[in-house]
Amino acid sequence: MTAETPIINFAKVNKWYGQFHVLRDIDLSVRKGERIVICGPSGSGKSTMIRCINRLEEHQEGSLSVDGVELTDDIKAIEAIRKNVGMVFQQFNLFPHLTVLENLTLAPMWVGKIPKKEAEERAMQQLTRVQIAEQAKKYPLQLSGGQQQRVAIARALCLTPKIMLFDEPTSALDPEMIKEVLDVMIELANLGITMLCVTHEMGFAKSVADRVIFMDQGQIIEQNSPEEFFTHPKSDRTKDFLSKILNH
Amino acid sequence: MSAAEIFTPIAPRTAPEKMTGTVAWIRRNLFADWVSSIATLAILGLFAYVIPGIVEWGLIHAVWKPDNDACREAAGVGACWGMIAEKYRLIIFGRYPFDQQWRPLIATLLMVALLVASCTRPLWSKWLIVAWVAVLAAFFILMKGGLFGLSPVETSRWGGLPLTMMLSTLGIACAFPLAILVALGRRSHLPAIRSLCIVYVELIRGVPLISVLFMASFMFPLFMPQGTQVDVLLRVFVGITVFAAAYLAEVVRGGLQAIPKGQVEAAASLGLSYWQTQRKIVLPQALRLVVPSIMNSFISTFKDTSLVTIVSLYDLTGALALALGGDANWRQFYLEGYFFIAAIYWIGCFAMSRYSLWIERQLNVSNTR
Repeated sequence: MTAETPIINFAKVNKWYGQFHVLRDIDLSVRKGERIVICGPSGSGKSTMIRCINRLEEHQEGSLSVDGVELTDDIKAIEAIRKNVGMVFQQFNLFPHLTVLENLTLAPMWVGKIPKKEAEERAMQQLTRVQIAEQAKKYPLQLSGGQQQRVAIARALCLTPKIMLFDEPTSALDPEMIKEVLDVMIELANLGITMLCVTHEMGFAKSVADRVIFMDQGQIIEQNSPEEFFTHPKSDRTKDFLSKILNH
Repeated sequence: MSAAEIFTPIAPRTAPEKMTGTVAWIRRNLFADWVSSIATLAILGLFAYVIPGIVEWGLIHAVWKPDNDACREAAGVGACWGMIAEKYRLIIFGRYPFDQQWRPLIATLLMVALLVASCTRPLWSKWLIVAWVAVLAAFFILMKGGLFGLSPVETSRWGGLPLTMMLSTLGIACAFPLAILVALGRRSHLPAIRSLCIVYVELIRGVPLISVLFMASFMFPLFMPQGTQVDVLLRVFVGITVFAAAYLAEVVRGGLQAIPKGQVEAAASLGLSYWQTQRKIVLPQALRLVVPSIMNSFISTFKDTSLVTIVSLYDLTGALALALGGDANWRQFYLEGYFFIAAIYWIGCFAMSRYSLWIERQLNVSNTR
């Protein structure tokens, strides 16, 4: 670990849903530009953990700082952080009443206060990057799942975030469409944006991740480089999990 | 094995004749089985029994001239449409001074033009707000007078169609934004705001409009300090607005609840504030889901304005009673008068419901694949 300050830092973070202890003593620091894949069984708290980073969920104990700012109830600080943190959801969550282009220009215009024309130029660049520029005038529901998820990635990129969060981005896709989304994500990984990705795509983890984190029951059980993680898992729980998802 | 695996595409064919065509439609919809055949015949029989009588009374034996003697002769056999020719100005403009009735006429036409413009999508711009302000100002100046050499007319003498139009248009225009705020308030995380909105809705929904109007017109002045006077028209307008908003708020809330949580989360993840999220993401989707119910409320409000008669304001319905009640010669032809009023209301309501269907199609472009 280098001496530079981490871009994301969890220190003894705890969270409960009612009486359910969903995050337990999470300690995690992420370097700028690092690409992290988080895996684990469902209900292990991995989505909740990354959703804490842009405060879609709030933690009750411990401290969490993003880009040097501690996350508290200060709504202005949170909105500022959210500008720098893009997020891609499992269910895409595109705005169905807006065209693809409007989906992309909304935040730059209203949050970034950028003139419409510039926002549209920027949006078209991002759409070209995810290879979907010709669909700009369509509505999200007129696109396939894979196309929608690529639009969602482009939308998150329009605010030029420092951090990108992916919450199971390929889990709701037909098998034929997973690759087109993963290809876009691999391209992003090469750009130097800090990425945290909750996924079960182990091929993706092997090829782009700097670090793989395994969670279970609200805790980080194990973290390691992908080579070590897949070939020499330390804990029995990790071995058990890997045997289930890799051999089917 | 190998021959069976070759894929031969089948070209699409047109649907068989018996599925399309008029005869097929009649068979499928009117005479599908013996129950629906009997129902069809029974309904046709009912038409044959009722319609000739209506046609005879309303058209063949009807008196079209404002001739009182002819009308009395035809009473019971034919309608007296002449009554409307005789009384239409009183019905439409109520007690407004007779020689000044060009003023409510222009005011009403302006209001109609404004409504038509507001419903036309290409005209939706900032200028429409300017037009609203201008037309409302013109409406009140024309009606009330006292400016530009127009003789002053008390609001108590306003009546008929202009009054109905004003109360329903302004009532709806003010109730709608209020309803949106209340609906958002009911979903607020702040307990004080939430409780306030719940109390408001439950309280107002719990009482009939008549009692709200009574309170606005008779009880409210009792609570005011001596000497302060609020125009009865204003009080009644506020009463209608507050009443309509309570119902509309629940309609809007229904729409809000249908919006998936993911939409709000996506907006939040992009850094949009609460109000930006509501305005740009949640409300546009929520409102278009409940267009039919919103229009339902609007139509109700439009018709509910007829209740202001009970607090001595002469809207269309009230003006009719006034027109006939004061004249023994024509009093017995109230049925024709009510047909006339009903026709005016029906035109308004039918236009609203057709518009609702149209706007629904317009707004749902994004859902068609």
